Amino acid sequence: MTATVLQLSDISYRWMGNTGFSLGVTDLSVAKGESVLLLGESGSGKSTLLSLICGTILPSGGTVHIAGQDITTLSAGRRDKFRAEKIGVIFQQFNLLPFGTVCDNILLPLRFAPERRKRAQDPIAQAAHLCTALGLPKGVLTSKATALSVGQQQRVAVARALIGQPPIIIADEPTSALDANSQAAFLDLLFAQTAENDTALLMVSHDPRLGERFDRVIQMEDVAQIQRGTT
Amino acid sequence: MIFQLAIASLFARALTVGMTILAIALSVALFLGVEKVRTGAKASFADTISGTDLIVGARSGSVQLLLYSVFRIGNATNNVTWQSYQDIAARPEVDWIVPISLGDSHRQFRVMGTRKAFFDHYKYRQGRSLEVSDGLIMDDLFDTVVGANVAATLNYSVGDPIVVAHGLASFSQHKDQPFRVSGILKKTGTPVDRTVIVSMEAVEAIHVDWQGGAQVQGQATPVDEIRQMNLQPSAITAALVGVKSPLQTFRLQRAINEYSQEPLLAVLPGVALQELWGIVGIAETALLVVSFMVVVTALIGMMATIFSSLNERRREMAIFRAMGARPMTILSMLVLEAMLMAALGALLGMALLYVGLVIAQPILDIAFGLWLPIDPPNMREVWVVLAVIAAGAIVSMVPALRAYRLSVADGMMVKT
Ligand SMILES: Nc1ncnc2c1ncn2[C@@H]1O[C@H](COP(=O)(O)OP(=O)(O)OP(=O)(O)O)[C@@H](O)[C@H]1O
Ligand SMILES: [Mg+2]
Repeated sequence: MTATVLQLSDISYRWMGNTGFSLGVTDLSVAKGESVLLLGESGSGKSTLLSLICGTILPSGGTVHIAGQDITTLSAGRRDKFRAEKIGVIFQQFNLLPFGTVCDNILLPLRFAPERRKRAQDPIAQAAHLCTALGLPKGVLTSKATALSVGQQQRVAVARALIGQPPIIIADEPTSALDANSQAAFLDLLFAQTAENDTALLMVSHDPRLGERFDRVIQMEDVAQIQRGTT
Repeated sequence: MIFQLAIASLFARALTVGMTILAIALSVALFLGVEKVRTGAKASFADTISGTDLIVGARSGSVQLLLYSVFRIGNATNNVTWQSYQDIAARPEVDWIVPISLGDSHRQFRVMGTRKAFFDHYKYRQGRSLEVSDGLIMDDLFDTVVGANVAATLNYSVGDPIVVAHGLASFSQHKDQPFRVSGILKKTGTPVDRTVIVSMEAVEAIHVDWQGGAQVQGQATPVDEIRQMNLQPSAITAALVGVKSPLQTFRLQRAINEYSQEPLLAVLPGVALQELWGIVGIAETALLVVSFMVVVTALIGMMATIFSSLNERRREMAIFRAMGARPMTILSMLVLEAMLMAALGALLGMALLYVGLVIAQPILDIAFGLWLPIDPPNMREVWVVLAVIAAGAIVSMVPALRAYRLSVADGMMVKT
C-alpha cells in the first residue's frame, strides 16, 4: 500500500443542477514519486476529478485513498486539513493571493497543516531554497505576488505546492497560460523538484504533446465513465 | 498569519476600505459628540445652582423663571415689587434672601444687579462659592465684578472703566456713570462667567436720568449728586432664597405662591430643572436616535462594501480552500476584516471627537457658556467603541455567510 499515494476505486459523482454531468472512475492509482499526465478534452470532467481527489467534493460512492487514508470517511473539516497536509495544488493561473508577498503565498498551506510545517523545519529558508531551485530571482520572497510575470507566478505556485514535501502534487493545466519556451522551462523545473523530493505528480491537460515527459499518460475516456446531461 | 493576511488584504483595497473606515469614524465621532454635548450640558446645567432652596419671581412658568433668573436665558415678563420682596424677606422661614435685577447689558454680556450677599449664598457645583481671581468684591456704588469670560473676551483687568448699557442689545449707553472693574471672578463654568455684576443701587443709579426707556432731555445728574440720592430699588427681577430648615421649604413656597398683593411664583431649582429635562428630553432622545442611525448607516455601508468585494474575491477564497482552509476559516476572515474596519473606524472616531473637542471647547464656551471638559474616555465611550466593533461583526455575518456558501460550492474551482 505504501507504494501508492493515490488510489480511486469505484467512485461516482454527479453535479447537482441542470448540467446533469456525471462521472465514474473504477480504478485510478498513482504510485509514490510517479508522474502521471491525465489527458482529456474540455468538459470531460478533469477538474471535477481533481476536486474529488482533493476532497472539496465527495463522491456518492467508492473510496479515495491518499497516502493510505480513505478521505471519503473523513468529516469536511478533517478533509480540508488532510488536503493541506498531503496535497500540493497548482492551478492554471491566478494561483497567488495578490495582496500577499511571495513568501506569504509559499507559506500559506503550512498555515493549515501543522505536520507539514514541522517537516519544513525552517519554512522561510526552505521557501528561499525552492525559489532559487526554481530559477526565481534573488530577493523574490519579499516582493508582492502581483509584481511577478505569469511564468514566475506559476513557479511560485510550484514552490508553494512543494514546501513541506507533501506526497502528491495535483496540477490543473499549469502550463496552459505559458508560451512554448516557458512551458518547457517550467516542466523542467517542476520535474527536477518532484524527482528531488520523491513527490508524485498528477497533472491534467488537454495537450498530448506534453505526454512524453511523464512516466505514464492516461486518457480521461479510458479511466472514467462520463455522462453528459441531456436536459 | 491569517490576521496579517487580513490586514494585507485590507491594505490592497485601501481606498474603499479607507472610505468605509472614515464613514464609521465620522458616525462614531458624531454619536460620541452628541453624547458628550448632551451629558456636558446636563452636568453644567445641574452644576449651575446649588444651595438655593427657592427662586422667587413674578408669576410665569417655573422653567421660564429658572431660565431667566439663573441661566440668563430669555427675559422676565414682570418684576417683583420691592414691597413684596421685603414681605418675603421678613417671613420667619427665610434664612437669607438675595435680590437679582436683570435687564441691562454690557456689550454682549448681561448685567446683574444684586447684593454683596449674593457672593456668600450663590453656590455652584455641589456647594462651591464664587471666588475672585483678581481684585475685590464690589465696595463702591460704581464697582463691578465681572465673570471670567467677560474679562477674557473684553480684555478687562481690575481698575478698567466700563460703560453699562440700558436694555439688552441696546445702543443707548449710560455714558455718564463711570463704572469700574473692581474684581474678576474665577472661572466657574456657569452663566456667572458671562455676567457683569453690580450692586442693586448701581442699577437704580444708571436709571436716574431715564424715564420710560429714554433719557430725559438735557438732564444729566452729576455723579456726586447721585451718590447722595436714595437709591432704593422699586422693583427687582427675582430673588434667591435660603430657608432655615428644609422642612419649611414647601410652606414658604406655598405662602409665596398664594401671596395676595402680587402674583408671584416660587420654584425649587431641582424641580424646575427636572421639568426642563422633561422638555429637553424629547429633543435629546431624537438627537441620540438620529446619531445612532448614522452609525447604523455607516455599518450597513461597510456590509455593502464587503458584499460587493465578494465576487472579485472568489478566486482568493478558492486559493485559500485549495491550500486547506475550511469554509469556516473564510467566514471568520471576513468577520475579522469587518471587525478590524469597525475597530479602526471607532478608534479614529474617538480621535476625531477629541480633535473636535479641542477645537469646539472655546467656541462653545464663548457662544453658549457651555464648558465641555476634555477627559480621558469614560466607560460609556469604551462601551460604545466595543458595541460598534460587535455590531460590525454581526453586520458582516451577512456577506460572510454568503462567502461561506460560495466557498463550499466553489471548492477550489472558480470559473471566471
Ligand atoms: N460547480 C459545478 N456545478 C455544476 N456543474 C459543474 C460544476 N463544475 C463543473 N460542472 C460540470 O461538470 C462538467 C465537467 O466540468 P470540468 O470543469 O470538470 O471539466 P474539465 O475537463 O476540467 O474542463 P476544462 O478542460 O474546460 O477545464 C461540466 O460540463 C460542468 O457542466
Ligand atoms: Mg478544468
